[in-house]
Amino acid sequence: MRRIPRVCTLVCAVLVSASLAGRAHAGSANMQEFTQIERGRYLSILSDCAGCHTVPGGKPFSGGRPIETPFGNIISPNVTPDLETGIGAWSDDQFDAAVRKGIGRTGAHLYPAMPYNAYTRMSRDDVMAIRAYLTSLEPVRNSRNADTLPFPFNIRSTMIVWNALYFTAGEYKPEPTKSAEWNRGKFIVDGPAHCGACHTPKTLLGGDRTDQYLQGANLQGWSAPDITNNRRTGLGSWTADDVALYLKTGHNRATAATGPMAEAVELSTSRMKDEDTKAIATYLKSLPGNKDEARLAPVGANVMAAGGAIYRDQCSACHGIEGKGVPHLFPALAESTMVRSNDPTTAIRIVLRGARSVGTMAEPTAPGMPSYGWQLDDREIAAVLSYIRNSWGAATAPIDAKDVTRVRSDTASRND
Amino acid sequence: MKQGTPTMIGLRRREFLAGTALLLFSATTVKAATIAGRLPWAPNAGNPPPPIKLGPWEFFNGEEGRAMEALVDCIIPPDPETPGGKDAGCAVFIDRQLAGPYGRQEGLYVRPPFQAGLKNQGHQSANGPAQDYRDGLAAFDRACKQHSGGKPFAELSGDDRIALLKAVDKGELKLDGVDGKAFFTQLVKDAQMGFFADPIYGGNRDMVAWKMIGYPGARYNYLDWVNRHNERFPLPPVGMTGNAQWTRS
Amino acid sequence: MSRRLPRKDVVIVGFGWTGAIMANELTDEGLEVIAFERGPWRDAPTDFPPGYMQDELRYRIRHELFLRPDQLTFTFRNKMDQTALPIRSWGAFMPPNGVGGGGVHWNAEMWRFLPSDFVLKTHLTERYGAAFLPPDMTIQDWGVTYDELEPHYDRFEYLCGTSGTAGNLSGKIMDGGNPFEGPRSRPYPTPAQAQPFSHTLFGKAARELGYKPFPQPSGNLSQAYTNPLGMRLGPCTYCGFCEWFGCGNYSKASPQTTILPHLIRKSNFSLRDNSEVVRINVDRSGKRATGVTFVDSSGEEWEQQADLVILSAYTMFNVQLLLHSQIGQPYDPVTNTGVVGRNYTHQTISSVNGFFDNKKFNFNPFIASGSIGMCIDEFNGDNFDHGPHGFVGGGYVGQVQTGARPIESTLVPPGTPAWGADWKKAVKDNYLSTVKPGTGVHGSFYAYRDIYLDLDPAYKDRFGRPLMRITMDLKENEIKQNKFLTDKFAEIIKAMGAEKLAVQYRTAPYDITTYQTTHLNGGAIMGADPKTSVLNKYLQSWDVPNLFVMGASAFPQNAGYNPTLTVGALAYWSAAAIRNQYLKNPGRLVDA
Repeated sequence: MRRIPRVCTLVCAVLVSASLAGRAHAGSANMQEFTQIERGRYLSILSDCAGCHTVPGGKPFSGGRPIETPFGNIISPNVTPDLETGIGAWSDDQFDAAVRKGIGRTGAHLYPAMPYNAYTRMSRDDVMAIRAYLTSLEPVRNSRNADTLPFPFNIRSTMIVWNALYFTAGEYKPEPTKSAEWNRGKFIVDGPAHCGACHTPKTLLGGDRTDQYLQGANLQGWSAPDITNNRRTGLGSWTADDVALYLKTGHNRATAATGPMAEAVELSTSRMKDEDTKAIATYLKSLPGNKDEARLAPVGANVMAAGGAIYRDQCSACHGIEGKGVPHLFPALAESTMVRSNDPTTAIRIVLRGARSVGTMAEPTAPGMPSYGWQLDDREIAAVLSYIRNSWGAATAPIDAKDVTRVRSDTASRND
Repeated sequence: MKQGTPTMIGLRRREFLAGTALLLFSATTVKAATIAGRLPWAPNAGNPPPPIKLGPWEFFNGEEGRAMEALVDCIIPPDPETPGGKDAGCAVFIDRQLAGPYGRQEGLYVRPPFQAGLKNQGHQSANGPAQDYRDGLAAFDRACKQHSGGKPFAELSGDDRIALLKAVDKGELKLDGVDGKAFFTQLVKDAQMGFFADPIYGGNRDMVAWKMIGYPGARYNYLDWVNRHNERFPLPPVGMTGNAQWTRS
Repeated sequence: MSRRLPRKDVVIVGFGWTGAIMANELTDEGLEVIAFERGPWRDAPTDFPPGYMQDELRYRIRHELFLRPDQLTFTFRNKMDQTALPIRSWGAFMPPNGVGGGGVHWNAEMWRFLPSDFVLKTHLTERYGAAFLPPDMTIQDWGVTYDELEPHYDRFEYLCGTSGTAGNLSGKIMDGGNPFEGPRSRPYPTPAQAQPFSHTLFGKAARELGYKPFPQPSGNLSQAYTNPLGMRLGPCTYCGFCEWFGCGNYSKASPQTTILPHLIRKSNFSLRDNSEVVRINVDRSGKRATGVTFVDSSGEEWEQQADLVILSAYTMFNVQLLLHSQIGQPYDPVTNTGVVGRNYTHQTISSVNGFFDNKKFNFNPFIASGSIGMCIDEFNGDNFDHGPHGFVGGGYVGQVQTGARPIESTLVPPGTPAWGADWKKAVKDNYLSTVKPGTGVHGSFYAYRDIYLDLDPAYKDRFGRPLMRITMDLKENEIKQNKFLTDKFAEIIKAMGAEKLAVQYRTAPYDITTYQTTHLNGGAIMGADPKTSVLNKYLQSWDVPNLFVMGASAFPQNAGYNPTLTVGALAYWSAAAIRNQYLKNPGRLVDA
């Protein structure tokens, strides 16, 4: 893909109409411009740029969205081509440095809320395509407010240390012994889709715990599940088609996406090409994950009795007496690895606060789970979840009422 | 301490309270919610019924309360198997209902002019249930004292109470200023309503009424029972706030 | 003085079944559509979850999902020489409110009308002669035929996933279905629901008496289903909290479970809740609607301009809006002129309760859906010779008991005291062995000259507008019809093995305090003649061609069936006419 010479660009810039004034590199009638933009649009979907840079209901990519981190809120910047408040005046090198190296325009470090440590796996060409796409958008005037990170996290130069520990720059290198599909999947997962940002647990400083790659993590009051091929806690009981369908529509025969994953499906994975969702599925199912045996802690008979009574009275009308649910409508708890996770935060949270699953073009219903926090106390929720975790052939550590109390208070002030 | 480097916040949920606007037209501020793009959602959404608080009467005064307890115990007498109206909480039920929006006729059309009409044109009085009970119990108390030489209803013997009520019900004993028969009919209806409603409202304590009749309560799933004909349904009743089986852990 | 909002292509007034159907059809044409609903947004997980929906007191007794009379009500009298008084608290019917309208809390009984119902005047006159009909009966032909509506009946049934057994497949009578139904082009989308004990017993008794019982067609689904829009519904779990209640587990067909999530994703659709339309605006000529005026929840007035107005606010509010907007000539029963308000009808309902030996029969009556039931149609419409009986019309009868919520279902046999120790014992002995069909006799209600709607001279609503006045009584024809049907029904209940019966007939005067279904119809009827109808066969206003009025307000008279399936079919029929004819050439679709 050839680059447009600077001289040519300046001449063109003078000739174009006012509506293109926001573009630092004015387009020619070159056919590659279209394919460039299309490619960039698709890469921005893979990368889910809108997930951080668009306020829901607001103007696309104009920033201003608070991104939660354990260290405080970071406000996403405006990446429309506006000259003053967006990135219209940035050079290609500056844009590339931001996306793949975590270095801002003034040379200041970006926080890894911008997942440059994943985007580094893309090529410069990829990033330039994204640039071309962003440049084709309507410039929006929106300067962002200051971040709310407290001292010392507001000192960006501390990122130098973080980068030294956790950041390895470099494009994705395909593994020659694996198939093209597998490599495509790994590229997407580790690169633009940055799945590990949520699904890989973090160290105290917020870097990846690479020994538990994609085995699940806890963030923002949710537990993102294990997405390796582990049979008990991961994707082991799903086929590759199940995984691909989940990514494509947000639903499959066993479960539905909710919470932050609902948004990831809506903005990103549901818009991916079928070959890419298949590639992701192929890759993820190739990861053996944690080989440790399940901890089989005994569940008291009275807990099972109480949980079973609550389950029958409150849950079975949707999820079925056998836990089989209704495909694409009510998750099959009997097959739910989320419910059996070592970290039960998501399961507890959904029972307490309710949840809305994602609605996509293919699956518009978006069924919602009602909130039971008003009706069931912490012991009752612990009992019913322990029952579910140990029924229909499964055996998982029971949940303690204390776990429920913790999630109840952690989520009390959240608005999601 | 949470560990993680989140790159996406949770979805911003919209709040759909009346009067909160999601602006589609930036130049206008119509005060109604606009729904477009996706289905509304908020955490802890829903509007479950608040349970009544046990304790002193909220509507009745002491004498009215005593009369009410005696009345509901006549309407639904205790027997060895099932408590009567008083112990089942029927008077408490009626008290809380009258103290709430139902008693105040909230939501009903109470504009004047008020004219008497035909019976099949329905209730045409400015008085709501709360006022009707005030007036009705007062008139009933007067009639009772007149009839029994000064004793209030609660101090009559069981047989005397029933005889008095039968007389009112038949229209033989008239209450002054109040249609005694209509008042008593309403009282019967309300007591029985409290007897069979969910315990969260104060009556049907411990689901005694549901146990009596074999009603399994606030369940939602009978899919495995619809084809089991003429068999007794074995599970105990459950209310909206559960039953003893839920808390054996 | 109302402020103007940017113009849209289509404005939809009222957002229940027909509003949702029309919005989905017209957005598919690429039109910008905005809908207004007086009530709030409603959805299963937030408003009727299976955690607290099972609350008889709150939703059935205190009517929490319904319109508050304080918001809007009507006045009522039996006869023209009486003074109408306000309906201060609902009784005979229960108007809906909120997104989804009645579609949220209906029984989901899904009946087609008979072919003869649509040409009733012609048919009855031909068969029995004009003199057989009461002189003040004002029934009419609809202007549309069953055959024209058949594809649209089919469409609505498949939208909902209706569970049933076909009785007439393209002319072939099928065993197990309704042999009297009009021909259908294909089977039901899902099989009939499983029937609980007492319902199957009724079917057996009816069969032994020589009838052909069949399962009631149900919008509470017998199995999981995906409709043509990709919407998913689950299987009904027979919770017994159906009518008056929203469905907590996505198994009752409603706008929410069949259309809205798909519709809401379209960028050319938006919906405003808590906004009450108070007037349809027309231009100076009076022949063209310019849009609507609505009031938001703070009481402020706004004007929404549009090129096409769809009035889908439920029978009563449709008629009321036409009267308040002065569209169409109001009906005057004295001179028999005018059209808006004429041919107002209800449904003729009664039932028979049966008390059985509790040692032999345990019905588990709390296990039921809203449209469960075994029915017979031998006495509906003109399915039998009325000559010897001296009335016209009829209805289905059936054991259609939808649950046994205890406040209303703790019946005692006739002669038992209403309170005291005997009462208590009788309740205990009878609860599990009582058959209480509810609307077991579901008869037609034909139209009459002096049963109509107009504006009340005295009482006003909260905006200061006159309330609408109902003048309605029960006529000799319907009383006879009901007695006939009820007696037939009682025979079958007895044949089931009931030891005692409590037979309830529907008698005059029409009583505004006892519930008789919310099947209110007429007032803005369709027809072939603008002198006796408000709408043409496509539900287009004769007076204002860019106004279409949906709903049962279009029925010239009611048939012996629940109305919703016909209401939905008419909406699809009208939408097809708008899409295929009107949009290409806006104007009158039918010459007067």
